[in-house]
Order: sequence, then C-alpha cells, then structure tokens
Amino acid sequence: MTGNPLLEVTGLKTYFYLEDNLVARAVDGVDFTINEGETLAIVGESGSGKSITSLSIMQLVNRPGKIIEGTISLEDDDLLKKSSKQMTKIRGNEIAMIFQEPMTALNPVYTIGNQIIETIKKHKNLSKPAARERAIELLKLVGFPRAKEVMDEYPHQLSGGMRQRAMIAMAISCDPKLLIADEPSTALDVTIQAQVLDLLMEMKERLNMSILLITHDLGVVAEYADRVLVMYGGQIVEETEVESIFEDTKHPYTIGLLNSLPSLDKDVERLGAIKGSVPPAHSFPKGCRFADRCPHAMDQCRESNPELLSIAPNHKVRCYLYEQGGRSNGNRTRTTSKTKI
Amino acid sequence: MYKYIIRRILVFIPMLFALTIIVFGLAQLAPGDALSGKSLADPNVDPEIYEQQREALGLNDPIYVQYWNWISSAAQGDFGNSLIFNGRSVMELIEARFANTLYLGLFSLAITIIVAIPIGIYSARKPYSMLDYGATGFGFLGLAIPNFFFGLIAIYVFSINLGWFPSQGTLSSPGVSGFDAFTDRIHHMVLPGITLGLAGTATYMRYMRSEVLDVLGSDYIRTAKAKGMSERNVLYKHTLRNALIPIITLMGFEIGVLLSGAVITEQVFQYPGLGTLFLSSVMNRDFPVVMAIALILGILILIGNLIADILYSIVDPRIRYD
Repeated sequence: MTGNPLLEVTGLKTYFYLEDNLVARAVDGVDFTINEGETLAIVGESGSGKSITSLSIMQLVNRPGKIIEGTISLEDDDLLKKSSKQMTKIRGNEIAMIFQEPMTALNPVYTIGNQIIETIKKHKNLSKPAARERAIELLKLVGFPRAKEVMDEYPHQLSGGMRQRAMIAMAISCDPKLLIADEPSTALDVTIQAQVLDLLMEMKERLNMSILLITHDLGVVAEYADRVLVMYGGQIVEETEVESIFEDTKHPYTIGLLNSLPSLDKDVERLGAIKGSVPPAHSFPKGCRFADRCPHAMDQCRESNPELLSIAPNHKVRCYLYEQGGRSNGNRTRTTSKTKI
Repeated sequence: MYKYIIRRILVFIPMLFALTIIVFGLAQLAPGDALSGKSLADPNVDPEIYEQQREALGLNDPIYVQYWNWISSAAQGDFGNSLIFNGRSVMELIEARFANTLYLGLFSLAITIIVAIPIGIYSARKPYSMLDYGATGFGFLGLAIPNFFFGLIAIYVFSINLGWFPSQGTLSSPGVSGFDAFTDRIHHMVLPGITLGLAGTATYMRYMRSEVLDVLGSDYIRTAKAKGMSERNVLYKHTLRNALIPIITLMGFEIGVLLSGAVITEQVFQYPGLGTLFLSSVMNRDFPVVMAIALILGILILIGNLIADILYSIVDPRIRYD
C-alpha cells in the first residue's frame, strides 16, 4: 500500500544557539524516509525533538534555531537548497501542516473563508469566486454541514474540534503530497480526538497524501500509523513497522514508554514510569543519551553513543544490547500488545 | 455591530451627566470666586457693592439652583459671560481658540502615528539592530524629558539659532489667506506639535514594537507561514491588524493626554489655544470659562474613547458579539 519514497531526510541537525554559548542540539542527526501514501508517526516525550524535526522540514524553525546540516529531499529535490521565496511555493502547496493548538492557530481577526481562500489563491491560479467555491467544498468535505455560513464566521465562533477541521480544510486545500500533523488531537476532547484523526485518515486516502504524524500518544500510533520513529534526545532510537513496535519492542526507552501506558486487559496497581527526565538538549551525556534512565545501562553505554543499527528488515534500534546479535530479546521485550485506547 | 455602537452611545449619556456634576462640583469646591480679593486690591470700592454684584451674578443662590442654571443654559450652548474679559460670552472666547487647539492636537497625533508605527514595526522585525537600539534610546529620552523643557530647547535651537520655525503664534501676519494661510499655520505648528507629541511618539513606538514581536511569535503567524504566505503578507495582513488592537485602545486615551499636554505646551509657545485660555482663567478665577473648557475637554475625551471603541470593534471581530 505504500509506494516510492516521497520525502527523504538525511543527517538533519537543527541546533539552537542559546545565551552563554550554549548550543541545544534539538535535532541531532536524524535520517528517515516517508513513502507515498504512508503514515509515519514520530513518538517521543516533550523535548525529544519531534516537533523541531517537523518544523525543520517546513523550514519554520525560529531564531535562535538553525538547520546546520543535512538534506531534506521532496521527490529528489533538496528543499534546504531552495531560497526562502521558493519555499513559500512548497509550504501549503506540496507540504502542508496542522498544529496542536486549534484555538490559537487561526488568525482571530479574519473569517475562516478568508483564511482558506488566501491559501488557495496563493498556490492555485483561481479567480476569487472559484476559490470561494473550492473553500466551501473543502469545508463540506471535512464535515461542516453549514459550510456556506462557516465561511463568514470567525475562529472564535467555532469550537476547538471545528477549528481543527477548518485547519485541515485549509491544509488540504492545495492537494499537498505530504501533510505534517503536529499533535493534531492533543488539545482536543477525547471524543473529538478520534473524529479528527479519522478525518485526517479519510482525507489521506481520498487525496493520496502521506502523513507525518507527530504525537506522544502510543494509542494514536497503534490506531493510525504504518511505521513509527521513536525519538529521544534529538535522535531516533528505534524505527520499525507499527506492529513490531508493540509486539517486538527493542529499545529500553520504547519499552519504558509502553509500560507507562494503561492496559485494558491487565489490572495493575501502579503504572510503570521511566525514572528521571529527558536531559536538556545543551548538555547531553557523552555516551547513550538514555543511559542515565536505562535499567540495562552498561559501562559501554556511558562511554559512547551507539549507532542506529539495523537488526531485522525494517527494524532499526540504537542500543548496545543488540549489537553483534545481542542477547536474546525474550526477557526484555514486552509481551502484551493490546494497547489500543 | 450597530447594536454595539448604539449601546456604547447610550452609555455615553450618564457619563456626560456625571462629568457635568464633577466639573461643577470642583469649581464650587475651589475657594473664592471672581470677586474675592478685589476689595483688597481697591479699598475705595464699598464691599457692599461686591455683595450686590454677587447677588446679581447669582453667586449667592443655593448650589442646586446654580447648577440648574448652568446646566440648562450650557445645554443650549450658552456658558454665560466671562467675569474677566469685560463680560464677553464664554462661547465667543472659546470658539476663537478651540479650532487652534484641535488642529494642534490632530497635527501632533498625525506626527506621532506617522513616526511611531513604522519605526515600531521595523524595530520588531529587526530586534537588536542599530535602528532598534536607536529607537529605544530615543524612546527613553522622549519619555524622560518634560514637555515644557523640550519646548524651550526646540525654540532655542530651531527658532533662535537656526531660524527654521517660528517660536510662537499661529500666523505670521493676520493678512495671509487661502493656501498660504494653511502652510503658514502648519509651519507654526511644527515645533509645538512635535513637543506635544514627543512622549506619545515614544510610548507608541515601544508599544508597537512589543505588540508586533508578540504577534510574530504567535501560532497563527506560524500557520500563515506554513500556508506559504509571503513575508509581506504575513506582516501586513496577519500581523499588523492584530498588533494594532491594543494601540487603538491607547489612542482613545491619547486625546485626553494631548489636550492636557496642550495646556503646558501652548503656554511655552504662546500658542493661542484653549490651553492658554484655561491657564489664565484659572489664575483669574474666571469660573464660567474654566467650567466650560473643563466640560469641553471632558466631552472630547469621552468622544475619543467612543471612537476608539468603535474602531476596536471594526478591527477585532471578537468585540462585536458578546
């Protein structure tokens, strides 16, 4: 069901130059590929670099952040070599993005219609009435029964879920090849979350887009993603298909994340938690960035940072436990797999 | 929208009423009247005559009667006669000067807006640049220097030393008319206008800078950029309108600030406006004039706020519907 590579990111490094000569390595050497028609999820805690990765693709990282290395190729066209003017033709057109906070992501002083029409007019050669027609169609498509009225309403007149729908309508208005959804459901009510994500998937099928889904919710990953990247400390620590992330979990960090999820078919006294917190991006340890929180940390882990290693087809992991075949994984991997919410 | 404006206008009426009571009450609270002290200055006049005058002017009537007399004639545009300027009518005195003050205020506001808003935007777009630091320095200076002092420096440098601008009055000679009179008036307003607007310019610049910076960091600006909007569009369409919302509120107050500032500035430049009249009337306890000017200034401030509220509702759709 997935096709050719659409977006290839190699060696991406986005650093933030802070005061006192501190350098926060928010994204520190990330490689991944998104195929046509695929939903790739990036999972990680706050501060793991997942949002900065997505903003880097759009080249919307604000100062003092800067992309210092790497390539980001959309269909073999390196976006990092483009001028800022050329990038405005990519954003919203080839790659669109929706954000976590629907309450603040729309401009409060312009109508929904105005904001969708301006996107269409920017990228498509349409007259204003034609753009308006298209905007109404889009609003109907994302589930507004009274699309015509909504065109002339302001964001504050809509609920959070409706605003996110309007955001989706705006994002898909120019048939993007890739839609980046940065925690699209996090700020919404639980009942609305599923509706919005279902809508995203429906649009994906209909328009044959790829989706890069940024989330910290493994339940969402299980339900909607094809492949998963687990990020920690600005790096990918595990990359695999969605089934194996739950059934054949490798990295101790991923195991920790899964153990901290409530499970439907097991009654536990306490939920698991990972000790400690993500180290600040300006002072990563020399060795493995997870070593201080890892229950399996070895001397080697504190000495040097392991490489992202391919341990099976479509399964990569950054951990010394799996080097040279590693130990057998039976005693460490999680066995329960039903984590759907 | 219209409902909102009508509601705002209705609120205006009780405020106006409260204003008249305050103005009248304050004038009553001030010790003495236009005739007090005169008997000391001229011992040859029988004090009895002053008493008769007081009676004739109605100064001995009960307060509510005086208030009623004042308010009922004021409602018809009659503020009585000046007690000092040979009994000329107050309206006549004010009419001649009101326009001068209004022009000066508008001129000063125009300078403020034309200077402060572009510089504020530029400062926000290029924070910590040379121009930003320059503007910040100017801002602090502008706020720190008192009006009258800046006025004196301006006269010294630009009138006396350089001779570029006149130091006082509104017209070079009463004879000019037509377009020449217009340019001559502007020429006379430059120094007092800049003096009057200095603090406002500094304030607006700082506000504009912080507002634009604030808006540029907001989520919807990121959305606009993510849609592929050009930098121009992001700045002029998405940023500016949001950044102007608090500025409009500020402008409502600015009218009051300008008018009270005019009292001092007009004095420095001997500019024949309401300010100079107000000051001399206060000195002479010419209460009919003082009350009329205070009331007019108060009404102007109320109108300023009303205009600001209406503009506010035009710019910000969230205000229109409660």
